[in-house]
Amino acid sequence: MILDRLTARLESVQEYEKEPVPAAKLKSWRSFLGMYAGEHTAGTEFVIGPLFVAHGASAGALVLGLLAGNLLAVLSWAFLCAPIAVKERITLYYKLEKICGKHLTVVYNLVNALMFCFLAGSMIAVSATAVGIPFNIPMAELTDWLPSSLSWVLIVLVVGIVTTLVATLGYEQVSRFANIASPWMILVFLAAAIAVLPELGVNSIKDFWPVAESKIWTGIPLEGQSKFTFWHVMFFAWFCNMAMHIGMADLSIFRYAKSWKAGFTSAGGMYVGHYFAWIASGILYAVFLQNSQNSLEFAPGPIAYYAAGITGAACVIVAGWTTANPTIYRAGLAVQAILPNSKTWKVTLIVGLVTTTAACFPALVMRLLDFVALYGLLLMPMGAIILIDFYLLPKLGLKSELAEKTGQKINWAAAGTWILTLAACLFLNFSFGVEIFFLGLPGWFVAVALYIGLSFLLQPSTQLKPDLS
Amino acid sequence: MKRTLLGIFALSGLILTLLPSMLVFADVISAQTNKVLMALGMLLWFTLAPFWIKRAR
Repeated sequence: MILDRLTARLESVQEYEKEPVPAAKLKSWRSFLGMYAGEHTAGTEFVIGPLFVAHGASAGALVLGLLAGNLLAVLSWAFLCAPIAVKERITLYYKLEKICGKHLTVVYNLVNALMFCFLAGSMIAVSATAVGIPFNIPMAELTDWLPSSLSWVLIVLVVGIVTTLVATLGYEQVSRFANIASPWMILVFLAAAIAVLPELGVNSIKDFWPVAESKIWTGIPLEGQSKFTFWHVMFFAWFCNMAMHIGMADLSIFRYAKSWKAGFTSAGGMYVGHYFAWIASGILYAVFLQNSQNSLEFAPGPIAYYAAGITGAACVIVAGWTTANPTIYRAGLAVQAILPNSKTWKVTLIVGLVTTTAACFPALVMRLLDFVALYGLLLMPMGAIILIDFYLLPKLGLKSELAEKTGQKINWAAAGTWILTLAACLFLNFSFGVEIFFLGLPGWFVAVALYIGLSFLLQPSTQLKPDLS
Repeated sequence: MKRTLLGIFALSGLILTLLPSMLVFADVISAQTNKVLMALGMLLWFTLAPFWIKRAR
C-alpha cells in the first residue's frame, strides 16, 4: 500500500523527459552551484584523496595537477555539455534515442546501470569501514581484492540492505537529508585536516609546504602501488567525471539552466570537493600512515574517527550513504528504462542487492581510481557522438538524429563508433601500455573521426521515414 | 523571530564544527575537546537545520 502510494507519487513527478523543459521551470545558476558543490563532496572523496598519497603523487604534482585538471573539467561542462543542453532542453536518454535508436540506448542504460551499481557498492564499503569501528573488525589492505573476513561481509551486508531499503522507500527524504548534510560534510573534511596538521609538524602556515612535500605527498608510492605524476593527477581530475561532461550525461541537468554559462557553476563541485576535500582526506591519510608506520590497511572510517572522533565516523557514514543512495536509485531508473513495465521499487531492490554483493569486494574501493576512469571512458564515445551529431553532421550535409528520422532501432554508425573506440582504447592500453587515465583524450578523437567516417559510409544507404523524406 | 533564532543556533552548529579545529591548530584547546565540540556542532546542525530550512522555504 505504502509502496504503491510512493510509486504513484514518483510516477506523478513531471521531469519533462520527452519534451523540452518549459521557460517557467528554468533555474538560476545558484541552484546548480549548490547542487555541484554538494554532489562532489561525497564518500568517494574519502578514498580518492588518500589514494593519491598511496600512489606517491608529489605535493607540486597534486596541487598543480588538481588545479589544471579541475579547470579542464569545468571548461568541458561549460563549453561542451551546457550549450547543447540549453539548446535542446531534453534528457540525455531522449537525445540518445533520437540519435542512436531505442535498442542502442537500452545497451547504454544497461552499461550505465552496471557502473552505477559498482560506484554505489564502493560507497557502501566506505560506510561499512565506519560502521565496523565499534566491532573492531579487521579492515582490508590496499592490495586486497577479496573479502578479508566474515565480519566484514556481514557489516557490508547490513549497510547495503539498509541503504537499499531506504533507496526503495524514501528517495525524497534522503535527498533532503543530503542537502542538509552537504555543508556540514565540507566543514568536517576541512576541520579534520586542520586539527591533525600539528601531528605532522605543521604549527604555522609557513610550515605547511615543507611538510606537504616531505610527509604528505612525498612522491614515493606505497608498496605495490604505481607512481602518479602531474599528468596522472591532471587527467584523473579532468576525466573522473568524464561521463558527466564530455560524455554528456549532464545534459539532463543543464536542460533546466537559463543560460549555458551555468556550466561554469561546476567549479563549485570541482574546487570544493575535488580540490579541498581531496587535499584534506590526503592529509588525514598521511597522519594514519605516520602513526601506523606505513601500514597498508585502508579504511576511511577509522582514519576519520581518529581525526574528528564520532563526527568523523558519522561523516564517512553519511558521505557514503548519501552517495550510494541516489546512485542505487539512478541505477534502478536506468534498468527501469529497459523494463518499463516493472515497478520502480522492485527494480531498485534488485539493483541494491547486486550493489551490496559487489560492495563485499574491497577491490572496488582499492581500485576506485581505475574504476572511475573506466566508467568515464566507457560512456565517453556517446558524448562525442552527440557533439558531432549536433554541430558537425548538418554542416557536412549529413542528417543528425538519424534514428528518429529513419525509425531505426540501432544507428549502426553510432554503435560502430562506440565499439571501435573502446577497441582502439584497449589496443592502446595493451599494445603501447597507455594507462587508463590517459585513454580518454585519444579515445575522444578516435570517436569523433569514427562517427564522421561511419556516418558518411552508412547514411546514404538508410531510408528516411515516409513522412520525413 | 523564531526562524532567526533557529538559524542562529543551526549555524552555530556549523561554527562548532570548524572553529575548534583552528583552536587545536593554534594550540588553544586539545584534540579531545575539539572532538567533543564537533560532536556538539553535529547534533545542533542536524537537529535544527531541517526546521530552519523548512521555515525559510
